[in-house]
Amino acid sequence: MATIDLLGKQIEVDADGNLVNLDDWNEDIAKEIARTEGIPELTDRHWLVINFMRKEFIEKGDGPTVRRLTKESGVGTKELYALFPKGPAKKAARIGGIPKPKGCV
Amino acid sequence: MKKLLILGAGTGGTMMLNKFHKALDPMEWEITIVDHIETHFYQPGFLFIPFGIYKEEDVIRPKRDFFPKNVNVIMEEIDKIVPKENKVYLKEGTELIYDYLIIATGSEIAPEETEGLKGDLWYNCIFDFYTIEGAMNLAWFFEKWEGGKLVINITEFPIKCPVAPLEFAFLADWYFTEKKMRDKVEIHFVTPLSSAFTKEKCAEVMADYLTEKNIKTTVDFSTGRVDNENKKIISWDEMEVPFDCLVTVPTNKGNSCIERSGMGDELNFIPTDKYTLQSKDYENIFVIGDATDLPSSKAGSVVHFQSEVLFENIMSLINGKEMKAKFDGHANCFIESGFGKALLIDFNYETEPLKGSYPLPVIGPFKLLQETRMNHFGKLLFKWTYWNLLLKGRELPVSNEMTMTGKQIDEEKE
Ligand SMILES: Cc1cc2nc3c(=O)[nH]c(=O)nc-3n(C[C@H](O)[C@H](O)[C@H](O)COP(=O)(O)OP(=O)(O)OC[C@H]3O[C@@H](n4cnc5c(N)ncnc54)[C@H](O)[C@@H]3O)c2cc1C
Repeated sequence: MATIDLLGKQIEVDADGNLVNLDDWNEDIAKEIARTEGIPELTDRHWLVINFMRKEFIEKGDGPTVRRLTKESGVGTKELYALFPKGPAKKAARIGGIPKPKGCV
Repeated sequence: MKKLLILGAGTGGTMMLNKFHKALDPMEWEITIVDHIETHFYQPGFLFIPFGIYKEEDVIRPKRDFFPKNVNVIMEEIDKIVPKENKVYLKEGTELIYDYLIIATGSEIAPEETEGLKGDLWYNCIFDFYTIEGAMNLAWFFEKWEGGKLVINITEFPIKCPVAPLEFAFLADWYFTEKKMRDKVEIHFVTPLSSAFTKEKCAEVMADYLTEKNIKTTVDFSTGRVDNENKKIISWDEMEVPFDCLVTVPTNKGNSCIERSGMGDELNFIPTDKYTLQSKDYENIFVIGDATDLPSSKAGSVVHFQSEVLFENIMSLINGKEMKAKFDGHANCFIESGFGKALLIDFNYETEPLKGSYPLPVIGPFKLLQETRMNHFGKLLFKWTYWNLLLKGRELPVSNEMTMTGKQIDEEKE
């Protein structure tokens, strides 16, 4: 299993580069991953999405797709792409420390 | 009398009807199937229509030709299922009751989900090839087209037959080469994925083919809207791709009757156990094929592999036994690569498409993840297999579960 260095700690990641253990995650780690993904600062809107992703993953065993995010999180598609350019579900999952959602194959 | 009700008489519904008709005692069981369209479409054939390889008559047959005698056939639109009462309501008000229900209502395109897609240019220079109308209109358009920017765009995933858009690009390259106008057509493949295909290994091979065939590729493009005036597709993050002819694979959704029944997810796909194929919410409801929310590919070959599992599990349940059959996500798809050749991929939930031969080691006759003429014949033979074996629920001479026989495991990766 591969590991990456985040804030001076070696943290396990999967083949997609997402965190393996939910417990390795915290807000500082999230901010650090966000920076490497080209998002310098996480706003309240970012957190709303990230927390929704984590909640869904814990409840359902899989993160939501963009479509589900739009429907359930209260953040529109347009805004999602502005917050997390290119792939909102994929990026928010990485920052939120959960595996890449299976729906975004 | 006990009642088995099947909703949808496409690939999956027809297979299940034939299997249960043979297995269940007609003195004890009444089997009913419901659909609202008399014609069975061989959907894999739609791919070949725009290029004049297949005509309409190659891909249509009456649905009733594939139904056994002594079953109730109802040709009417399904309004909704009320699972708590074991009832189904049809549009004209008919009420049906069931002991066991199989849902096989498939998936369909929903171009209205994307702003501007079904606007002024629809079937003028924007086409789909996932319906008979789209494929036929595109064939007429291509016959007269003088060239320009041809954009092939997948709006969002999941879609049925995820290899079809790639095959379309390869066939377009061949078609315009044969017409001696390839230099006048710029082919551009635009996908929301980060690579050419959903499966990593196969994506690398496909990316090489795209480059080799001079097909431009844009990845990470999630289509937000279509600008009809300036003939552009625009992504949610404001990237733009201009087109003269747009071949779109619109959003795919389950039928609206699933939404009306409150049984689907945000795309009307039904939450289904990925191994047993039982509905996650109701014990006496099973789901097959494109209507499920499974992470397997939405393809006819997958429906076939599922049909065996579904059959065994329902039989077990009826006989009060434990359901033992498990679906492993097995998919087996030919990928047309143009110029009379094709590739074949074979994979499941856990294993990526690998190189090797299929179904037998070395002998094949089909080669996995490699381009051969034999694979192309396999693809064309699929039409015969589909009409003559698959729909009738007959056994195919290949294993239901994916096997590693004949596959080469990449040593570096292990
Ligand atoms: C362009 C294209 C290329 C493809 N290529 C391949 C390929 O090469 N290989 C492969 O294996 N697969 C391929 N497929 C996929 C394959 O055709 C489908 O996965 C398969 O047909 C799904 O079967 P199904 O039974 O789930 O749904 P379907 O066969 O679509 O059947 C659904 C049925 O339900 C009926 N129905 C739906 N709603 C209602 C309602 N409310 N009331 C009454 N009836 C209703 C419909 O009329 C239909 O008859 C391709 C598909 C397309 C579009």
